[in-house]
Amino acid sequence: MTETSVQTSAAEPAAKPVSRLERLLYRSEALRGYLLMSPTLLIMTIGIIVPFLILVTMSLWTRDGFSFDATLTIANYLRVWNEPIFGALLRRSFWISGVATVATVVLCYPMAYYVAFHVHRNKMMWIILMTLPFWTSYLLRVFAWKVILGYEGVINSGLQGLGMIEEPLSFLLYSKSAVIITLAHAWAAFAILPLYVSLEKIDKSLLEAATDLGDGPVARFWRITFPLSMPGIIAASFLIFIPTTGDYITPALLGGPDGAMIGNFIQLQFGAVNNWPMGATLSIVLMLWIAAIALVFLFITRQAERRVS
Amino acid sequence: MSDGTYIRRPNRPLQIYAVIFLIVLYVPVLFIPMFSFNDSIYVRFPLQGFTLQWYGELWTREPVWNALWNSVKVGLVVSVISTVLGVVAARAITRYRIPGKGTMVTFIMMPLVIPGIIFGVALLVLLSRMGVPLSLYTVGLGHLIICLPFGVATLLPRFEGFDPSMEEASADLGENGWWTFWRVTFPMVFPGVVASLLLTFTISFDEFIMAFFLTGTDPTLPMYIWGQLRFPQEFPSVLALSALILFVSFFLVFVAQRLGRAGLDNGNT
Repeated sequence: MTETSVQTSAAEPAAKPVSRLERLLYRSEALRGYLLMSPTLLIMTIGIIVPFLILVTMSLWTRDGFSFDATLTIANYLRVWNEPIFGALLRRSFWISGVATVATVVLCYPMAYYVAFHVHRNKMMWIILMTLPFWTSYLLRVFAWKVILGYEGVINSGLQGLGMIEEPLSFLLYSKSAVIITLAHAWAAFAILPLYVSLEKIDKSLLEAATDLGDGPVARFWRITFPLSMPGIIAASFLIFIPTTGDYITPALLGGPDGAMIGNFIQLQFGAVNNWPMGATLSIVLMLWIAAIALVFLFITRQAERRVS
Repeated sequence: MSDGTYIRRPNRPLQIYAVIFLIVLYVPVLFIPMFSFNDSIYVRFPLQGFTLQWYGELWTREPVWNALWNSVKVGLVVSVISTVLGVVAARAITRYRIPGKGTMVTFIMMPLVIPGIIFGVALLVLLSRMGVPLSLYTVGLGHLIICLPFGVATLLPRFEGFDPSMEEASADLGENGWWTFWRVTFPMVFPGVVASLLLTFTISFDEFIMAFFLTGTDPTLPMYIWGQLRFPQEFPSVLALSALILFVSFFLVFVAQRLGRAGLDNGNT
C-alpha cells in the first residue's frame, strides 16, 4: 500500500531514479516492512531513547541553587553510593517488590492452573473475568485499599462493629504490609496471564504418560507440570517485580514513612526537593539495579533448568 | 481429546479456591461504588443508608467536567494514533520478512516492563530541556508511548490469525495494494481495531503516573482525583466519581476483550 504513495509526476528524464526507487521498494520486502514500522519506531525513539540519553546526561550534572551546573561529574553517583539512606531505600524497595512478586505468583498459580486444566467451557470468559480489574484505574484500585485498610476503614470498622476488637488496628494502614498487599492485588493479572499461557501449552499426553508409568498426582505435578510452567513463572516474576520497584502511588497512599520506596524519593527530587540531577541519577541507579537483578535471576533459573534436564 | 481421563475430573478444592480468588479480586474494588451510595461523610461500617447526594454534588462541579473533558480529548487522540500505528506495525511484523524483527518488537514492548516513573521522569527532563511547556499535548505523548505496545499486542494476534492467501487472492483478482487492504485486510482485522481503540482509550483515560509528571495546568481526571484525596471531606464525592469511572472502564474493556478474541477462539479450537 505504501509503494503507491511514492509516485511523483516528475518530467521524463527525472522519472528514472523514481521508478528505480519504486522498483526497489516493490522488490525489497524488508524495505517496505521498515517503511511501515518507521512511524512507530520513530515515536518510540523520541519517547524512549532520546529522553533516556538526556536523563543519563542530567544524572552527571549537579544542582546549583535553582538551576543546574552542567559540568559532567559523577558526584551524584558517589553520593548515592556513600550515603546509607539511598542503599536502605533501594533495599527496602526491592524487598517490598520481591515479597509482593512471590506472593502474587504463588497465589495466582493455582488459579491459572485451574483455568488451564479444569475449565473446559467458557474459558475466554474466565480469562476476561480474571484480567478485567487490571484494566481499570491503578490509582482507584490503590484508593480502594486505602478505604479498606484505613484507620476507620472497612476492616477496622467492620471488626469493631462485630465486637471483635476494641481499638482500631493501627498496623493496617501506613506500613510495608499494606503496600505489599495492595501491590499483590493490583498486579495479579500480570501473573495470571503468563502462568496460564505456559500451563495451557503443556502437552496433556505427557501427564498421561507419567500416570501410566506410575506417578501419583503430586509426583506428576512436580516432575512435569511445574518444570514445564517455569517460563511462565519467570515471565510473571519479571512483569511484576520490575514495574513495582519504581511504584510510588501505592507507597505514597498506603506506605507512610515506613513504607516509602525509591519511587517516592525520585518523585520528591523532581518535586519538593527540586534536585533534578539527583532524581535522574536515582532513576539510572534503579534501572541498573533492576537489570543486574534480572540477569542474576535469569542466570540462576538457567542453571537450575540445566541441572533438571 | 482426552475425554474421560483423570484430567477431566473436577477438582473440588481448586474450584473453591478459584471462586475465593475471584471474590478477593473484585470485592476491594466494589467497596468504592458501595460507599459512594452511603449517606455519611465517613467511609466506615455500619452503612448509614442510601443516598444519591454525592452524585448530585458531582453534577454541579465545574472542575470535574473540565478534567473529564481533558481526559476524553487525550484518550481519543492517543487511542486513534496508537491504533493506526499499531495496525501498520502489526501488518509489517506479520507480513514482511524483516531482518531484526525480534529486536524491534522487543523495543516496542519495552514500556511494559520498565517502571513508568522512569519514562515519566525522562520525558519531563527532555521536554523541559527543549523548553516545551507542559500541557495536555505532553500528557498525550507520554500516554502514546504506554499505549502503543498495547495497540500492537492487541492487533498482532488478529493479523497472525488470518490467512495471507486471502490477500493474495484479492491481488490476483486485480485489486491494488490499497484496495486489498481496505476490502480484505481491514474487515478481517476490524474487531481487533475496535478492541485496540477501546483498550488504549481506557489505558490513557485511567493513566496516572505519566500524567503526574507531564501535566501542566489542565489536569486529567486521575490527576483531579489525586488532588482531591488530600481533603477528607471530599472523600464521598471522590468515591462517586471513582465509581462512575470504574463502571465505564469495566464496560469498555469487557467489550474490547470480547471483540479482541471473537472469531479467533472459534477458529482455533
